[in-house]
Amino acid sequence: MKKRLLVCLLCLLMTVSFALSGCGKDNKNSSTGETVKIGWIGSLSGDQAVWGQSESQAVKMFFEDINNNGGLLGKKVEVITYDTRGDGTEAVNAVKRLTGQDKVIGIIGPNASGQAIPISSVLEEMKVPDIATVATNPKVTVVDGKVKPYNFRVCFIDPYQGAVAAGFAIDVLKAKTAAVLYDVGDDYSQGLTQYFEETFKKKGGNIVAKEGFKSGDVDFRPQLTKIKAANPDIVFLPYFFKEVALTTKQARELGIKATFMGGDGWPSEQLLSMAKDAVEGSFFVNHLDFDDPEVKDFKTKYKNKVGKEPELNAFLAYDASLMLADAIKRANSFDTEKIKEALETTNIKGITGLIVIGKDTHNPENKDAAIIKIENGKYIFQQKYRVQ
Amino acid sequence: MDLSWYYLKGILTLAGIYMLPVLGLSLLTGFTGLFSFGHAGFMAIGGYTTAVMMTKLKIPFIPSLLIGGFTASFVSYLIGKLTLKLKGDYFCIATLGFGEAIRLILENVQYFGGARGWPGLPLKTNFITVVVIDIIAILIIRNVIYSRHGRNMIAVREEELASQVVGISLFKYKMTSLMISAFYAGVGGGLLGTYLGFLQPKIFSLVRSTELTIIVIFGGLGSITGSVAGAIVLVALPEILRSFANWRLVVYGAAVVFIMIARPEGLMGGKELSFSAIKNLLRKPSKN
Repeated sequence: MKKRLLVCLLCLLMTVSFALSGCGKDNKNSSTGETVKIGWIGSLSGDQAVWGQSESQAVKMFFEDINNNGGLLGKKVEVITYDTRGDGTEAVNAVKRLTGQDKVIGIIGPNASGQAIPISSVLEEMKVPDIATVATNPKVTVVDGKVKPYNFRVCFIDPYQGAVAAGFAIDVLKAKTAAVLYDVGDDYSQGLTQYFEETFKKKGGNIVAKEGFKSGDVDFRPQLTKIKAANPDIVFLPYFFKEVALTTKQARELGIKATFMGGDGWPSEQLLSMAKDAVEGSFFVNHLDFDDPEVKDFKTKYKNKVGKEPELNAFLAYDASLMLADAIKRANSFDTEKIKEALETTNIKGITGLIVIGKDTHNPENKDAAIIKIENGKYIFQQKYRVQ
Repeated sequence: MDLSWYYLKGILTLAGIYMLPVLGLSLLTGFTGLFSFGHAGFMAIGGYTTAVMMTKLKIPFIPSLLIGGFTASFVSYLIGKLTLKLKGDYFCIATLGFGEAIRLILENVQYFGGARGWPGLPLKTNFITVVVIDIIAILIIRNVIYSRHGRNMIAVREEELASQVVGISLFKYKMTSLMISAFYAGVGGGLLGTYLGFLQPKIFSLVRSTELTIIVIFGGLGSITGSVAGAIVLVALPEILRSFANWRLVVYGAAVVFIMIARPEGLMGGKELSFSAIKNLLRKPSKN
């Protein structure tokens, strides 16, 4: 009896699985028929869900606009979004599904290097180009000096961001000494720290304290006490806004007077409401100037459609869509090889700045970084900055 | 039916890779009665060792995998020596701590890429290798379980005191079981690294360990067939549920809870699917 029940259960599972995975998918080659498919992957669930959801909305918004204006090369675009829950193996599965089953002509995302790196073997096998949104690890597009043919990205990379922060600290803020507090278990934080340190030392500065913490920590006083003793000009905090709010508050309580600096993990509406006065007068490196007219256009459009303020990722996802659409238009074809070749010669103006893709790096070259200062509880754009 | 074979093959390969640590854990939890929440740690050791062997020392794929497995096994020996004398849940807590410790250590060893991960590993794992390795692994574990040692392990699971009375060394069999199980996990980790071409300590988090335990319990404690079926079903399930988008993992959790309520003994419930069992199954309905 039990065995039969089990067999029934297994049969049921199999039927349900095939029925579900088969539904609503016509497996025609995407370049025939009325529509072409474009994929997006990223975290729709898990701890990065806020960013992923914002990205997928921005991508959908972009292609909806395109569809309303006659589509791409006369065809409607269908955007397929898959969740990776922030996991590299899931990202591989999702890309296999997009390329193998849905036959997309290009993929946008994912938003983290840990997912963007493992998918490259699938992309190369299926010859479909991918544009990562905020995967800032240099190894996403280049490994051992060789460029990965189908991996592109729209953001600047960690070395650049770290170097910008260090360069700005020394050239503009005239800092001589710096302390770094970083998340030892976070790849982004480790990367920024490494390149900040390198540039800061190269430019003649001195790192007087380097302290680590572990994601999930809420008390940073032991590390901050050591930093206070070192008395640096600036304190570099390369991690995400939640911990930034906690550390800056505790640092001010302990009487640290140094200027705080950070990277693109900072900008969020929540930082201002959580940290309040503690982040006043701080600087951070960002991908764009929030007050730029084009950025403002996008912001209002997004807010009208989604009902929320866009997260930083949304801007980059939008630019990645722009880059892909531009490449398809220039290639004048839905052939993935031709799209990939067109992507290599991208030279467009996106909302995050000029995007000129380098053929040997597949990164946007010399993209301006925006330096933002927090003044009176607002993000105030200071200047565009580029490392020489 | 328009499932692309390429996509399906990807899922099956992944299920096959996870099958190894699951089989190992099945021996430890299902047959010896020890719970472990640190098997992702053994996978990490195996994965990183395999990667070092292949990229830095240029050793071929299969020997590298085996070295990865043996290293994990050796580490498990050290852990076992310290913790297997602990009674009851203490061992479980110790493995939990071990798994997290391994991840944190790897996150800070810059030689292995630290938390940013280690890209550019050779892509050696494909569907065929995984299937072949899985079949060998299943045969070995089946033979272990049906041997005298396997029966002793089951005796340890059922009643520690009684088995001690009849002369079974608890420590020895728990240790053997742990070492075999760690070996499997290590090889699984090596396969995962060479399948993704990338290793990151984040992959081997506590969640991974609990997933492995869930698969073993879901498949049915004390059943190899159950572990095999559990690995395939639970690796495929999140993919099947893709149409639910944001609610996917909620549905996944609900499905697992539902199945566990409907069938508390797991998919196979301690039964094995063998050729004779299939024959019986086919005969029974015709009798009625």
